[in-house]
Amino acid sequence: MTLHACDIAWEAGGQPIVRGVTLRVPEGRLLGLVGPNGSGKSSLLRLLAGLRRGSDGAVLLDHRPMSAVPRREVARRLAFVEQQVSTEVVLTAREVVALGRTPHRGAWEAWSEADHAAVSAALARTGMADRADQLWSTLSGGERQRIQIARALAQEPRELLLDEPTNHLDIRHQLDLLKLLQSLDTSCIAALHDLNHAVAFCDEIAVVKDGTLVIQGRPADVMTVDLIRSVFEVAATVREDPENGRVRLDFLPD
Amino acid sequence: MTVHVQAEVRPRSFRRLGLPAFGLIALAALFLAAAGAISIGEVAIPPAEILKVLGNRLFGMDLAVDPIREGIVWHYRLSRAAMAASAGAALAICGTVLQALLRNPLAEPYLLGISAGASTGAVLVMVLGIGAGTVTLPGGAFLGAGLAFAFVAFLAHGSGGGTERVILAGIAGSQLFNAATSFIVTTSANAEQTRGIMFWLLGSLGGARWADTALALPVLAVGLAVCLFRARALDAFAFGEDAAASIGIDVSRVRTELFAVTALLTAAIISLVGAVGFVGLVVPHATRFLVGPAHGRLLPASALAGGVFMVAADVLSRIVVPGQVLPIGVVTALFGAPAFAFILWRSRRGA
Ligand SMILES: Nc1ncnc2c1ncn2[C@@H]1O[C@H](COP(=O)(O)OP(=O)(O)O)[C@@H](O)[C@H]1O
Ligand SMILES: [Mg+2]
Repeated sequence: MTLHACDIAWEAGGQPIVRGVTLRVPEGRLLGLVGPNGSGKSSLLRLLAGLRRGSDGAVLLDHRPMSAVPRREVARRLAFVEQQVSTEVVLTAREVVALGRTPHRGAWEAWSEADHAAVSAALARTGMADRADQLWSTLSGGERQRIQIARALAQEPRELLLDEPTNHLDIRHQLDLLKLLQSLDTSCIAALHDLNHAVAFCDEIAVVKDGTLVIQGRPADVMTVDLIRSVFEVAATVREDPENGRVRLDFLPD
Repeated sequence: MTVHVQAEVRPRSFRRLGLPAFGLIALAALFLAAAGAISIGEVAIPPAEILKVLGNRLFGMDLAVDPIREGIVWHYRLSRAAMAASAGAALAICGTVLQALLRNPLAEPYLLGISAGASTGAVLVMVLGIGAGTVTLPGGAFLGAGLAFAFVAFLAHGSGGGTERVILAGIAGSQLFNAATSFIVTTSANAEQTRGIMFWLLGSLGGARWADTALALPVLAVGLAVCLFRARALDAFAFGEDAAASIGIDVSRVRTELFAVTALLTAAIISLVGAVGFVGLVVPHATRFLVGPAHGRLLPASALAGGVFMVAADVLSRIVVPGQVLPIGVVTALFGAPAFAFILWRSRRGA
């Protein structure tokens, strides 16, 4: 267990947004973070990435409080893909991915073979190698998303946090991305909207509502009709596939 | 059967000038501009004589030159060109850094009110005559610049942050500090001082001597070195502060450090040549267009281009109106304001 939130809390604008969440990210696995809009998924991910300082509790990285670890050291092992980013800087896709090498390079250190290899591998894994020299500003929303994921992979992280990474992606690239996250040795935590994707690809699911963690566990154990009704306020049926033990959800109109 | 739609391939043949190529061109331009700056003036001095002066001064030769002309070339015109080049370089570095840190294409010391703050500090020292020396004037300018920075940061943050707010806060800061300067001048300065201050406020290289350059150059060198050391961090700000932090940048530390350096550079330049606007805005954009956005290249290239721009502006200020020298700030604004409009127009269309 390398990344661990201990009773973490955060407030903004005088409102408690995250209230005492304790969460462990299973090593080398894919953890899906699900919950209704505004339940605090993005806030929780930013806390886990160390981008916000919690008002209570702690985020531990290898049992060290993240706030005590220098930023650069964090970034060499933990990468974060924000929900949406923008820039006015005229950069090519490859230059954006190369930003992921920043924590691995000293101020005067030249571009190394290892940097080049990491960038090329990240571009290839996200299927963006042939777009590498295109300007970021001319990429589609889905392509930008994949370039940001490539940037995160170029950091060669041991923990990878992604905020709704399947947004903007067409169905094939959604499935490709989830398969990629599943196949990585990296511990991944991804906020996801599609519950069927979450149960199909994630090793574990964490459900948040109103800034609290409702439950964390194996998809088949977590995703029950009762939970879906109480958290997402919809009626659903849950079927288990006898072949692979995976569950499938069907949502019913009222 | 699957139909393969050939995706429209848009290969960007994206040519950027390498730093060596740019450096050569810029150095040649600097040389040309400096040659103009040295030979043009009330007393026309032929190139051969200039070369002799340089030979005597730089290489210890003993060539026969008219001592008055030698004085004009060495003590007035060359020191003035060196001061112009240092000021242009410093202001261009400030603009480059501020545009990256604030993620705003319009950021530069003048528009953010830093120059106004530095002016207030310097004028206060001048009028009150505190110490009245080469140390207290830049000191006052630095305090004023720091105060203006704090004011703008506080106002921008308090109004909800965001990159547009910074410019609005800067406008408020400019107004406030310009008013403060006017207040000090009208209430405390005598007629003689007022005239001097007004001229100085618009930017003047008239008083530039080697002693001033000797103050500007070390500040410029240190400033450029610190910014170059942080070049990768500046690159990392492309997608904002959270993105920078998540690729390992200690955002608040880098920001504080570089804001301090910008305030220092601005203050040093303002205390020496007055408030020259728009160099910090125009030069970084033009340079970025040529060498690309990577700060390892952009910073030295901007510094060079800023030097060329200011020396050329100084030459213009001396020849546009015969027999009269325009304030340098007037010349840079005549070029800068249209460029400002162009950048505004372009960023609006892109949004
Ligand atoms: N900086 C902030 N100031 C005030 N409220 C915020 C801030 N950030 C998030 N919130 C609020 O916190 C709640 C959770 O937001 P978020 O973490 O983005 O949820 P999710 O990603 O699950 O949709 C929302 O109600 C949002 O409005
Ligand atoms: Mg969100």
